[in-house]
Amino acid sequence: MSFLDVLEFIIPSAILYASPLIITAIGGVFTERSGVVNIGLEGIMVIGAFISIVFNLSFADQLGTWTPWVGLLVAMVVGLLFSLILAVAAVSLRADQTVSGVALNMLALAVAVFSTKLIYEKGQTDSISQRFSRFDIPVLSDIPVLGKMFFTDVYGTSILAIVVAILAWFVLFKTPFGLRIRSVGEHPMAADTMGVKVTRIRYYAVMISGALGGIGGAIYAQAITGNFAANTISGQGFIAIAAMIFGKWHPLGALGAALFFGLAQSLSIVGTSIPYVRDVPEVVLFILPYVLTILALAGFVGKATAPKASGKPYIKGKR
Amino acid sequence: MSSRFNAIMIPIISIILGLIVGAIVMASTGFNPVDGYLALWEGIFGDTYNIGETVRTIIPYVFAGLAVAFAFRTGMFNIGVEGQLIMGWLAAAYVGYAFNLPTGLHAVVAILAAAVAGGLWAFIPGLLKAKLQVHEVIVTIMMNYIALHVVNAAISAMSNGGEKTPDIHDSARISSEFLSSITQYSRLHWGFIVAILAVIIMWFILEKTKTGYELKAVGFNKNASEYAGMNVSRNIIMAMVISGAFAGLGGAMEALGTFGNISRMTAFTGIGFDGIAVALLGANQPFGVLLGAILFGGLKNGGTNMPSAAGIPDEIVTIVIALIIFFVASGYIIQLALSKIAKNKAAKKTVKEEK
Repeated sequence: MSFLDVLEFIIPSAILYASPLIITAIGGVFTERSGVVNIGLEGIMVIGAFISIVFNLSFADQLGTWTPWVGLLVAMVVGLLFSLILAVAAVSLRADQTVSGVALNMLALAVAVFSTKLIYEKGQTDSISQRFSRFDIPVLSDIPVLGKMFFTDVYGTSILAIVVAILAWFVLFKTPFGLRIRSVGEHPMAADTMGVKVTRIRYYAVMISGALGGIGGAIYAQAITGNFAANTISGQGFIAIAAMIFGKWHPLGALGAALFFGLAQSLSIVGTSIPYVRDVPEVVLFILPYVLTILALAGFVGKATAPKASGKPYIKGKR
Repeated sequence: MSSRFNAIMIPIISIILGLIVGAIVMASTGFNPVDGYLALWEGIFGDTYNIGETVRTIIPYVFAGLAVAFAFRTGMFNIGVEGQLIMGWLAAAYVGYAFNLPTGLHAVVAILAAAVAGGLWAFIPGLLKAKLQVHEVIVTIMMNYIALHVVNAAISAMSNGGEKTPDIHDSARISSEFLSSITQYSRLHWGFIVAILAVIIMWFILEKTKTGYELKAVGFNKNASEYAGMNVSRNIIMAMVISGAFAGLGGAMEALGTFGNISRMTAFTGIGFDGIAVALLGANQPFGVLLGAILFGGLKNGGTNMPSAAGIPDEIVTIVIALIIFFVASGYIIQLALSKIAKNKAAKKTVKEEK
């Protein structure tokens, strides 16, 4: 296999694995920028994956090829609603954000598996018939070399992921709403003094992360695994959090980091058929995203600094 | 309203609320909550076998709870208990099969190896926190996943590509034919004594030693502690290492008492995350942790009886546990409600007295 062949093989697969990570990581950027740590992204992805598969199995006959896309929307709405639990606990009731995030993860997996057993009377669902389909982008796919790497057999979800990242950058850094999100995450008291509704903005941010996490889970389930079981989402939510940190809490940074982690994930799966990569022990590829994140936090790979008020509930009138 | 009263009332109210919501979930999904909870009760206390298995389930929960609570008391949040626990599990299993030592001593060495492995795994986030001010929450989460994959790779290497490590020698076992025979051959083992000892040790370290005082002081106020002449970064690292050692001991219990080996894992054991619930419910007090572990370990083991006895998926137990965490963590609102009730009572009393 020549080097180009390898690239043509690995890049589409890396982008496929990266897209749920990108979208979920962007969700993480929104909450953390508003001052809420969302450890519960993993659980939100579980809920998104579960609901999209149930929807897909139930409506594939009526909706045909549109099923996964409608499933994505359903997962978005359900993810948003599910994240409200975190918002109520962590923002309104001042619960410890990390503790509520952990509880959200437990709750999500338990609810999803409980419901799976209830609906299908077994621990996992059947495989869906309508997956996300691939297509060639006209004109661009004819470009020599690059066309085959980036524009042939593209998943619509990959384009969606990149669009979401750019949109998130625009919203966070070019709109008044984005400025408010960032201000309540850096210095909620100052923002409050200026008339920004801290609680409301934090609710919005958590809901956005819930919606994006739901989409992330739905993409993972409907493009990669094809069914739902207890181990369908196994750490992707945390890799997304890692990507957010490695991307320094910036949407485009998160995009880049998630692409890189997607590459590591896909290498660990398809790497056995690629020369050189084959000789790298599997475990190295598995742990790479986590090790890099720790190194980034420690400042060895560019210093990553969290938004200042991240993790602290805002209590009006308290210094 | 005293804070001690709240510290007791909030967990109790949360448990009741959790069970009520669990009942509502069961009722709304077409199950009979009474049957469900009876099956749960039966699964915890039904016969001596179930009691033996319940106690066995409680043992690692005590250690996981102590690990989280110890870190909490010293101002840190150790979500990495899960990873430290499986590192300890691996270390104990390895020492158990690879070494040849006299009975008794072998178990002690394996238990200590697990404590060291857990402690080392927690040393990294401790060091990063102390020297580079890196927040321990994210690092410990990442360390969990690293542990999962590293342990799986190590199991493969130790078993020549197999699914589990060779069984430990009998000399390293802490399982007991006596305990097993009085509980209809459950897997109950001597670990419960080690667990009780660990509770007492944590209480002793925190309340009776100078080290414990310093650890708490640093957790409470870093700057004041430094001003008072304490070595802040040494104390932070030590707190994490001790916490990780408790977690590692929990893994040793699984290796030497219950399973006798360690198998490849596709997902976490969940014990470490449940440890957060245990510590929270026990208000981070050693004896509170013991009670929390008894409750959650009991629920977890009793839950396994629910699918066969009442046809209810045992995930309902995890749902209840997660809800209890939410309610305890949102204790602020319960506290508010409690103080309101107390105020109303007091107001009524004064009105009556005036009459």
